[in-house]
Amino acid sequence: MLDYVGERWGLIAFQSFQHVSLVVQCVVLGSLLAVALAALVYRNPTATAAANGFSAVGLTIPSFALLGILLAPFGFGITPAVIAITFYAALPVLRNAVVGLAGVDRALVESARGIGMSRMSTLLRIELPLAWPVILAGIRVSTQMVMGIAAIAAYVLGPGLGGFIFTGLSRLGGANAINSALTGTIAVVLLALVLDLLLVLAGRLTTPRGIRV
Amino acid sequence: MSETLSARPSDAGSGDRRISGVPIRLEGVTKRYPGQDTPAVDDVTLEIAAGETVMFVGPSGCGKTTLLKMINRLIEPTEGRIHLGDEDVTDQQPDQLRRRIGYVIQAGGLFPHMTVATNIGLVPKMLKWDDARVKERVDELLDLVGLDPERYRDRYPRELSGGQQQRVGVARALAADPPVLLMDEPFGAVDPITRQRLQDELIRIQEELGKTIVFVTHDFDEAVKLGDRIVVFDVGARVVQFDTPERILAEPAEEYVADFVGAGATLKQLTLTRVADVDLQQPTTAAVGSDSAAAVAAAQAAGDDYVVVLDERGRPISWPSLAELSRTSTVPDTVDQRLPVVGLRSTLNDALDTMLAASQGGVVVTGRRDSVAGVMVVETVMAAIQRTRTQGAG
Repeated sequence: MLDYVGERWGLIAFQSFQHVSLVVQCVVLGSLLAVALAALVYRNPTATAAANGFSAVGLTIPSFALLGILLAPFGFGITPAVIAITFYAALPVLRNAVVGLAGVDRALVESARGIGMSRMSTLLRIELPLAWPVILAGIRVSTQMVMGIAAIAAYVLGPGLGGFIFTGLSRLGGANAINSALTGTIAVVLLALVLDLLLVLAGRLTTPRGIRV
Repeated sequence: MSETLSARPSDAGSGDRRISGVPIRLEGVTKRYPGQDTPAVDDVTLEIAAGETVMFVGPSGCGKTTLLKMINRLIEPTEGRIHLGDEDVTDQQPDQLRRRIGYVIQAGGLFPHMTVATNIGLVPKMLKWDDARVKERVDELLDLVGLDPERYRDRYPRELSGGQQQRVGVARALAADPPVLLMDEPFGAVDPITRQRLQDELIRIQEELGKTIVFVTHDFDEAVKLGDRIVVFDVGARVVQFDTPERILAEPAEEYVADFVGAGATLKQLTLTRVADVDLQQPTTAAVGSDSAAAVAAAQAAGDDYVVVLDERGRPISWPSLAELSRTSTVPDTVDQRLPVVGLRSTLNDALDTMLAASQGGVVVTGRRDSVAGVMVVETVMAAIQRTRTQGAG
């Protein structure tokens, strides 16, 4: 196993970078979409229920199946991988953003409107900062989740550590098959832990002192 | 206007008071909510004079808060016109309008993720004041509401007590020097002693600034204490009576008002008399660190059996008895947390409350900048009660 890793260190490092880069970009994109969508729906009970239903149902779709479906219109490569991962990344953030925004004290929102802040600046300066800890918790969940899903994206020839896992699994019984699959899996787990740590740190730095617990 | 003011004995001689407010005129203001048969606010016409404090009182659900929120258009009126000064603001852009109207809600409505300074500076920033001017204004306002800028500027709301948060809320509302201040049950969430202090502060600030204040409360005593005039509402924001506190208590327009305000009750009259209107005793005072023996001698000469101790800024901090004081060589700087203190503008009701809360037979009365104006004893309150009783009987 050590020999295996030692011999392929360059490739593992490159694929790890690709994997993290894919995940981070998709989480950023997914979070932006989710927060924007949450901002549109959280004031309307029907739309909120629809959004929550959407995120619940969305999470039950097997990632393998979604990737398969996306193959038809987009073919192999990075596009279906990015679409699928962004989709999954957005769902936990959407749910948390709706909860977080709805949880902001209505009296504060009214107070902001009452002193003459526009609808938009109330959202940007009051509601989002106050909902931020909850949204960030959603981002952490979604990052952990899509680290695993990104591995499956190798099925559609997306970049990342999934390649090791799929190569290993397809040659099960052959030389280094187990090593390959294990390397991919362990690297994904380790990177997920590192990313989570970074997000906790980011949370400390971006949560205003006045609402830190 | 001058008539209304001079109707209050305590306002006599304050005719030269500065007024920076503008009149508010409501014309046939109505609010109908879809799906409700009766309007929440039904055709209200009111004129509020510049620099006047008008209290909205009434049972909950009577529409008083809805009416207040229609003045700054947090709630859009279905019908009617709203004028500020000579301007019809009914169709003005609401965000622009609200920056010219101070708004205070319960617990201050401070934003917990912003410092005290940021909270107060929000409206000036929106009005594009430069940073230096905003900073200067923030310090000025903290001073005005009795908070030391150095100490409180960079704190977060949760690091403040309820009363301090409320002060910051008032400071924020006053930040851009708006002519009109709307207050929606601002002191509802604080304890009675703090509430009384905040009311005294508001009276002092209002004397200094002369804003037009519209204040919603469900506490009739608060209305009597703070209001130049009081509007008593019934359901649908029907104006039952709009008059000075004295006249509402003396001549309630309807049975409804009499029931609501508890008019005729002897103790109600205590809210009409200010501490400044009764005779205060002048106590012997001594500065912290001065010679105890000299203070005791001075008190004995004056016939007092206690001394009011003042800190270096002239504020009362304790009132030891002569026996206690004679055991020390210099006047100690211990702060008596339970020292009963009221302002000159407090009502006799407040003073009595404070005495009872502290289990003392008197209160220290403070005037400008918290300096000692005198001492009021419980006998003075009793005499006032006796007086109103005799008047009531006769």
